[in-house]
Amino acid sequence: MSNGTIRGLLLSDKQADRVVPPTGFTAQLTVFVAGAMAFMAVFALALSLASGRLADRWSQELAKAATLRINAPAEQRAAQTETALKLLRQTPGVAKARALSPEEQAALLSPWFGPDLPIDALPVPQLVEVTAGEPGYDIAGLRLRLSAEVPGAVLDDHTRWREPLVDAANGLRRLGLIAILLIGGATAAMITLAANAALAANAQVIEVLRLVGAKDGYIAGAFVRRFTLRTLIGAAVGVVFGMIGVMLLPAASDEGGFLTGLGFRGIGWGLPLLIPVLGAGVAFAATWAAARRRLKELS
Amino acid sequence: MLIELENVGYSYGGGELLSDVSVSLAPGSFHFLTGPSGAGKTTLLKLCYGALLPTAGRVQVFDRDMGALDRDDLAMLRRRVGVVHQDCRFLDHLPLSENIALPLVVSGRGQRAEDDNLKELMSWVGLSSRAEALPPELSGGERQRAALARAVIMSPDVVLADEPTGNVDWDMSQRLLHLLVELNRMGKTVLIATHDLSLIRAAKSQVQARVLRISNKGLQLAGADL
Ligand SMILES: Nc1ncnc2c1ncn2[C@@H]1O[C@H](COP(=O)(O)OP(=O)(O)OP(=O)(O)O)[C@@H](O)[C@H]1O
Ligand SMILES: [Mg+2]
Repeated sequence: MSNGTIRGLLLSDKQADRVVPPTGFTAQLTVFVAGAMAFMAVFALALSLASGRLADRWSQELAKAATLRINAPAEQRAAQTETALKLLRQTPGVAKARALSPEEQAALLSPWFGPDLPIDALPVPQLVEVTAGEPGYDIAGLRLRLSAEVPGAVLDDHTRWREPLVDAANGLRRLGLIAILLIGGATAAMITLAANAALAANAQVIEVLRLVGAKDGYIAGAFVRRFTLRTLIGAAVGVVFGMIGVMLLPAASDEGGFLTGLGFRGIGWGLPLLIPVLGAGVAFAATWAAARRRLKELS
Repeated sequence: MLIELENVGYSYGGGELLSDVSVSLAPGSFHFLTGPSGAGKTTLLKLCYGALLPTAGRVQVFDRDMGALDRDDLAMLRRRVGVVHQDCRFLDHLPLSENIALPLVVSGRGQRAEDDNLKELMSWVGLSSRAEALPPELSGGERQRAALARAVIMSPDVVLADEPTGNVDWDMSQRLLHLLVELNRMGKTVLIATHDLSLIRAAKSQVQARVLRISNKGLQLAGADL
């Protein structure tokens, strides 16, 4: 199918459109289903974009941060911390290494122990904040060297609790994308059924058209134009309602976490506008294929 | 030759209906095809415009083998062959005038340019007052006249008419015959399938016609016995 045929098929042809009788009820159903599918596609898209953003943020921000804990008797703690910091600064890929001050450590513990904690009197390990550069450092190598030189050091790169979160967010994104694909497939199936029904209902018309010298492309065009246009209109309305729905969701906030982040950001708002176009493309292909199949059965 | 059948056989699945039929229609010739009901007249016409393909032998139209045409070629070919179908099928949702102009519309020539032509043709077949009627509102004879008008609106090289006067009175059948004779005088090839022998006799005074008769699955030239 060349570009010319596609243009020829879509170009409005009032007379060709009159030649095939209007099919009121199928038309309304097609518009409705296209609208409903587009509405759902907007939410699936919002979900998948939001969880994608979340997964990216968690994996990026947290991947850079690690904590080194130095468990040592009070008298060795300062020396070991010094060694560890020196070692960290020499490690390629480590952008920053900083020992937390006693005040910072106290602040971390205050939610549990209250504000007036005599932190010096407690065997609290010294914490060192390690920030990775771009590219990062070799964790296994670093652990090996630390264990040799700083016996009390434990490196926690947050993998343990980061990974399930990132996995969950990625899983959600995948589900969103699968939902969009399924919506596309269901739309194609629905249009195929509707187009087949319209073609069957008009079998007599098609036969007369063939007998007076109409080409398959001319006949198929009348059907393809209709279904493409109906899907475009239905999907456009569905997308508008879907976007209004997403807009009415509460704005992103830290307290709300994931749920309030559901929505579009920046040029992301342009993405749903692709849905009617893609829907129309699906309708075009489905109707064209159905018409081609059907017409071949006639002489 | 405009239409040429070579040793054509046809069967709908059971026994052979036509067998070893050879005939050629020269440009500008006028033919009648006759034979008893069920002999295969309509079938033979269908072979000539590609609605059926022969099960044996070869059909050539405008020197092209019908078996070798693709669907678009066949559509193009049908624009040069005007057919009056025995069952006169129309698009029931369009008024008569648009039905008659349908071949122009589907071939992309549009309807407006030939409006005069259309009006003239409709008055020729006596349907001027019925232009806005829908096909289901027409009488059998009106449908036949409309079918003839639709068949000739493209000014085709060949007109194949299947019982074009089956449902009309004698006067109208003479008018339709005269229209076909007129077309033949303009150089068109005409083939009329009919079992109405009086029509054939009436034509003999106006045009030099060859009468072909289907009998015993074959095609014979009918003689002076008509
Ligand atoms: N589609 C078909 N399938 C099976 N048999 C058919 C089909 N069409 C026609 N026939 C049979 O083929 C035979 C010839 O039919 P055809 O219509 O060609 O006859 P005809 O000479 O035009 O008859 P009439 O004068 O009644 O129009 C008939 O016996 C008919 O029953
Ligand atoms: Mg017949």
